[in-house]
Amino acid sequence: MLPKGLTCASSPIMPGKHKGKLTIFLGYAAGVGKTYQMLTEARHLRDQGQDVVIGYFEPHGRKETIAQTEGLEFVPRRVYLHRGTAFEDMDTDAVIARHPAVAAVDEFAHTNVPGSEKPKRWQDVMALLDAGISVLTSVNVQHIESLNDQVWQVTGIRVRETVPDWVVQEADEVVMVDVTPRALLHRLERGVVYAPEKARQAMENFFTEGNLTALRELALRQAAQQLEEKQPGQRAGLSAKEPAKESDTARQESILLWLIPHPSTAMLIRRARRVADYLGCPCTAVYVAKDAAAIEPWLNICVNLRIVAHATTGRDNSAKEIVACARAQGTTQIFVTRNAPDVSRLVDLARDMQVTVVAERVRQ
Amino acid sequence: MPTKNITRPDPDELLRQIQARQSAEDRQGSRGRLKIFLGYAPRVGKSVRMFDEGLRRLHRGQDVVVGAIQMEGAQHLVAMLQQVEVIPPLVVAGVETIDLDAILKRHPQVCLIDELARENPPGGRNRYRWQDVEEILCAGITVVGAINLQHVCEEQPAVERITGRRAVNNVPAGFIHSADELVIVDVPAEEVARPDERGNLSSTQLTELRELALLLAAQVVEEQLQRYMEHHGIRQSWSAQERILVCITPRSNARAMLESASRATRRFHGQMLVVCVKQGELQRAEEETLQANLDYARQRGAEVHVLEAPDAIARILQFAHDERITQLFIGHTQRKAWAFWKQNPAERLISAAEGIDVRLFPHHAR
Repeated sequence: MLPKGLTCASSPIMPGKHKGKLTIFLGYAAGVGKTYQMLTEARHLRDQGQDVVIGYFEPHGRKETIAQTEGLEFVPRRVYLHRGTAFEDMDTDAVIARHPAVAAVDEFAHTNVPGSEKPKRWQDVMALLDAGISVLTSVNVQHIESLNDQVWQVTGIRVRETVPDWVVQEADEVVMVDVTPRALLHRLERGVVYAPEKARQAMENFFTEGNLTALRELALRQAAQQLEEKQPGQRAGLSAKEPAKESDTARQESILLWLIPHPSTAMLIRRARRVADYLGCPCTAVYVAKDAAAIEPWLNICVNLRIVAHATTGRDNSAKEIVACARAQGTTQIFVTRNAPDVSRLVDLARDMQVTVVAERVRQ
Repeated sequence: MPTKNITRPDPDELLRQIQARQSAEDRQGSRGRLKIFLGYAPRVGKSVRMFDEGLRRLHRGQDVVVGAIQMEGAQHLVAMLQQVEVIPPLVVAGVETIDLDAILKRHPQVCLIDELARENPPGGRNRYRWQDVEEILCAGITVVGAINLQHVCEEQPAVERITGRRAVNNVPAGFIHSADELVIVDVPAEEVARPDERGNLSSTQLTELRELALLLAAQVVEEQLQRYMEHHGIRQSWSAQERILVCITPRSNARAMLESASRATRRFHGQMLVVCVKQGELQRAEEETLQANLDYARQRGAEVHVLEAPDAIARILQFAHDERITQLFIGHTQRKAWAFWKQNPAERLISAAEGIDVRLFPHHAR
């Protein structure tokens, strides 16, 4: 059942797709106004006569934002006891039982408290969508899994709470919540975002003009890419700027990435995911059987980013195995880190193919 | 200043003059700040955001006036307008224009100006509203304004391809890029679409415009980021924009690399650069092949650099780092070419290309 009025009559609901509609308010830092805009939209829908509830809201002591919740129904939070401490979190079952047309659920990337049925809030949101409830949620660009290394390189912060790219890509709408870094820094100075002491610390560390500008650009490009992927065959930025100059699908590319035990493999996987998404091409992973145990941690990232990984079966040296696998699969590009054993041998063996040696990001 | 609007002034020339003046005034710190709200289509709410900002500033104690407002279809702004002082527009030949002299005389801290792309009626001091804005900024008054994508001159061909029409008025993109702050007003296309009204844009068209507007904003932010990094001496690339460098030689399979790079550049909304390092004189046939490939690259919008250096790899690496390249495309090394070298050139490049992806291409397409 579709929530009335929320989805335009012309937007088709794909069979097997979530029944509720997911709208993500995308920002680039705390205080840009994601939650505020999410609540504004919730009120707007309520005023249009829809049944809207707040599934989860994090007030952060911000007066203007709290004022936006006035008159909206809250589904009470659930209290979890963990080692003698009480934690509050969204009560997903209660929201489903209440079954509104629309639920506003703050902080999409949140990690649930220990003892919760699902480890991540985005998984709870999926459950709401599956139940036919549309969801308004908020997230910052730095929580997108494949951007993890880039965000760390710029800000020095390793974001732990991430959302897999496909979850964001499958959203029906991603709305960019924009404010300039200057305006955001003024908000911090005025104490709108954090209490004064915390605001001072924030401005010395994360909230620098450089960090904010870089993150803002990432968010703008992410929002644009989201729209481009939503228009198969259209590719607005492409077709409008350079009409019919060349067939964009001249040759289907495909990426095969080589998982090795070295830690730089995490970056390799994320980078390959981004490149594959931009090029619109398939991406798979391979590793040599003897590394199976050592690459275990990277398999989780692969699963999270929906990259299928498999082991080679032959007994040759690693480089030869990987190249043989690429040939067998008809891969057009092999992705490796330069820390892979025998990179030079692989490059030499694959001189009739494309090989991309992915840079290791370092922080200066 | 007497008006002699017989010949149409060249907007680029005007902009150059303004920018020169601007940098001189920036040094004195007397220039007002320009903040622009950019919408991708009518009805996205850019004017509301602009007035909202004006009201917030007013409530924080700043001296705010309204210089221009678009009242058509904006009844909800009436309540806002009761709180802010409005400098009444002049009406010349039935057309409204901002009262520049009155604004300069009133000299507020902040002036709100909607519809930045308006053309003034004949007989005024400036032909375009954005030139009025420049005068106001020069007087040390901050301007908060609003504009839609279809009025940005350099975006008009792309907008026309999407919508089939071209707006009459425009501002040079340089004016948008010169803003101290640019804010994108982003809302889902469905909220703007009026499918039942004739001549209105479809959701699909609006979505395409929305993407263009986001990319324009990203480009402006990219420039701000580059300035920041230069100013702070940050050498590594923080940029979200991909910069692809194709290294070609007269012997490499340049066409395949250039095609691939051109495709990738467009998909990433990035920038493409091509470099060729010459080592000594080329044979005539080689020179012709090279020139043909460089021409092809230029047609694809690449920035082409021909360099000379005894050590090509070292020169490429230096160039790539100076230009903040994120992906470097180069041909695989041919065996015979490096048999006498200590290290395969491609390997040398890979081991020294800190922070840059190196994509190696076969010499013959598979």
